[in-house]
Amino acid sequence: MPPVIDLDGLGLDNGGHLLIDRALSTLRPGESLTVSGHHPALEIHLAAWCRAEGHLYRRELTVVKGPADAERWAHAERAGEAAATVAEHAKLQWGLAARGALIEPGGPPLDVDWAERDHVWADIAPQLYAQANASQWNPATAVDWAGPHVVPQDIETAVVQIMTYLVENEQAALMIPARMLARLHPHYREVMQLLAAQAADEARHVEIFTRRALLHRDVLGVSGAGGRSSLQSLLDEPDFTLASFLLSVLGEGSFLDLLRFIQRHAPDRATADVTRLAGRDEARHVAFGVAHTAHVVRSDPAHLIRLRAAVERRHSVLADTAGLNREVFDSLVVLAAGSWTPAAVARGWQEVQRLQAAMDEGRQRRLEFIGFPPDEATAISALHTRNFM
Amino acid sequence: MSRELILGAVAYDPKVVTIWSGFRAWFRERGVDFDFVLYSQYERQVEALVDGAIDLAWNSPLAWIRAGRLARRRGLDVRAVAMRDTDRDLTSVVVVRADSDLHTLDDLRGRTVATGAIDSPQSTLLPLALLAERDVKVRRHDVGVGLHGDHIGGERDAAKALRAGEVDAATVIDGNLLLFGREGVLPSGSVRVIGQTAPYDHCNLTAGPGVNASEFVQLLLSMSYADDQARPLLDLEGLKQWLPGRTDHYEGLAATDFYTQDGALNAAGYRP
Repeated sequence: MPPVIDLDGLGLDNGGHLLIDRALSTLRPGESLTVSGHHPALEIHLAAWCRAEGHLYRRELTVVKGPADAERWAHAERAGEAAATVAEHAKLQWGLAARGALIEPGGPPLDVDWAERDHVWADIAPQLYAQANASQWNPATAVDWAGPHVVPQDIETAVVQIMTYLVENEQAALMIPARMLARLHPHYREVMQLLAAQAADEARHVEIFTRRALLHRDVLGVSGAGGRSSLQSLLDEPDFTLASFLLSVLGEGSFLDLLRFIQRHAPDRATADVTRLAGRDEARHVAFGVAHTAHVVRSDPAHLIRLRAAVERRHSVLADTAGLNREVFDSLVVLAAGSWTPAAVARGWQEVQRLQAAMDEGRQRRLEFIGFPPDEATAISALHTRNFM
Repeated sequence: MSRELILGAVAYDPKVVTIWSGFRAWFRERGVDFDFVLYSQYERQVEALVDGAIDLAWNSPLAWIRAGRLARRRGLDVRAVAMRDTDRDLTSVVVVRADSDLHTLDDLRGRTVATGAIDSPQSTLLPLALLAERDVKVRRHDVGVGLHGDHIGGERDAAKALRAGEVDAATVIDGNLLLFGREGVLPSGSVRVIGQTAPYDHCNLTAGPGVNASEFVQLLLSMSYADDQARPLLDLEGLKQWLPGRTDHYEGLAATDFYTQDGALNAAGYRP
């Protein structure tokens, strides 16, 4: 006697098939199931449902299980060993399936470029992503926009110029992770999530720097061609690791010092707040860039040569450009000087010299952490763009 | 590679292009040269098949009947060489609102019945044959005329008319009774079945006069739902398994006078 599933008054047009499917799941193809119930259209429903599902309908509410379900999953595989295991190679055929999901073969393959763990991974990515989520802030309330603003006109001009420069840099820093994550296999989801958080961070930075620039005026500063060339060379880097290295390790790494510098010399609370908050986010971006680059070098020390070549290539591309525009540099001096007396300007000038030295030192430290010998780290840091980012 | 076979199909939905392009690639990878052409309606496709302009046709049940009659008139023969597992033993039903006072087909005498398009076997011709002699008023829903009921729109409109109280009964295929219940067009429990046709077969793959399609058909029948490349196509085309063609379940439709015995169009107002 075949097993019986009782649907009571349930029809197949309001969920009855779930009970039948559940009963059939314990049977092998070719085995029978009897359905009982008193829905008036049960037999009509059942015959039509069996036909559509590839089961055989026999009279008197008997279903012979068909092979379709078994065939559908015959060649199924999991996307990686388990949800918690990050595969060394993520197959394009896994598509958008969740890591660890059982995948029916036959779907369209994913069109992404980075599907190798060691090309994109850093062990710290999950922690950094958690930290990114825990450290979100609201631009509307985290910055003291309303505080007393008594900034001298000349200093305000310098602040507006610096903010104008920061906005264009942050726009590049937004577009790069956005491009990277669109080309990344989602199997490496913590990296993807982190890049998404990074892009969202940069979007917020664009907002707060713009808002600070326009706090007292309605006109922004200038944008130099050399600075934009420098940023364009970052956008042009197609390789995941090289883009991460140039942007996060060298560029955003240098920006940590720059943002601290502006915060220290900020003429008002709003300027101090925006640079402090952005700096906190940037530190996370730098941490991933450094950890990822170090991971790649650990898996293949020969990668150091590629990293160095990328810096040299960028240097030669930018050799004929002005790099940082003079207006930005001068604005940093004025900001640090705080007034136009010769003594103050001398002090400001010295402060900017110290800033550049600190940036250089920071870059060398990170390069050594990644695996470069000290003398090479010094040489590579010296080739970094004059535009800071 | 064998001689190229040309199959005709009716473009009742954009997915038809996806389906047959996929099948074409699948066959060509296996050494059978095959291509397809699309028709806007079945009548033209049937004529092309009998004229030899195409070798095979994916035919509706009406198209199969007409192809046979046109061929016979010329002393030729067409053959049903394959069909889907879902093409066998379908039924159509006559439904009324659950709270209505109608309980048998005889109760429909003088009442209004909503059907699908003029050329829909499942939603018009076969159920109306079931209701013959009962003098019902027919409210047809002519959506996709020429597509022989492949377009679900007319059937859905008939169901909606029943639910709206505009008609006393509606005629739908059994699978759509289930579908409309699930979609909420005819919410579960809102209708009652008062009549059902005998089982009949639906589409088949028809080989034209003198066409040797044995290699093609053999390969078609070997197509497996376990084949990851074929399965999405089978899902789109609505089957789990191809079966050999059979021709003894078309009598009910053949008995209607939709075509003359010579295969001429015979239904008043039918303009595909």
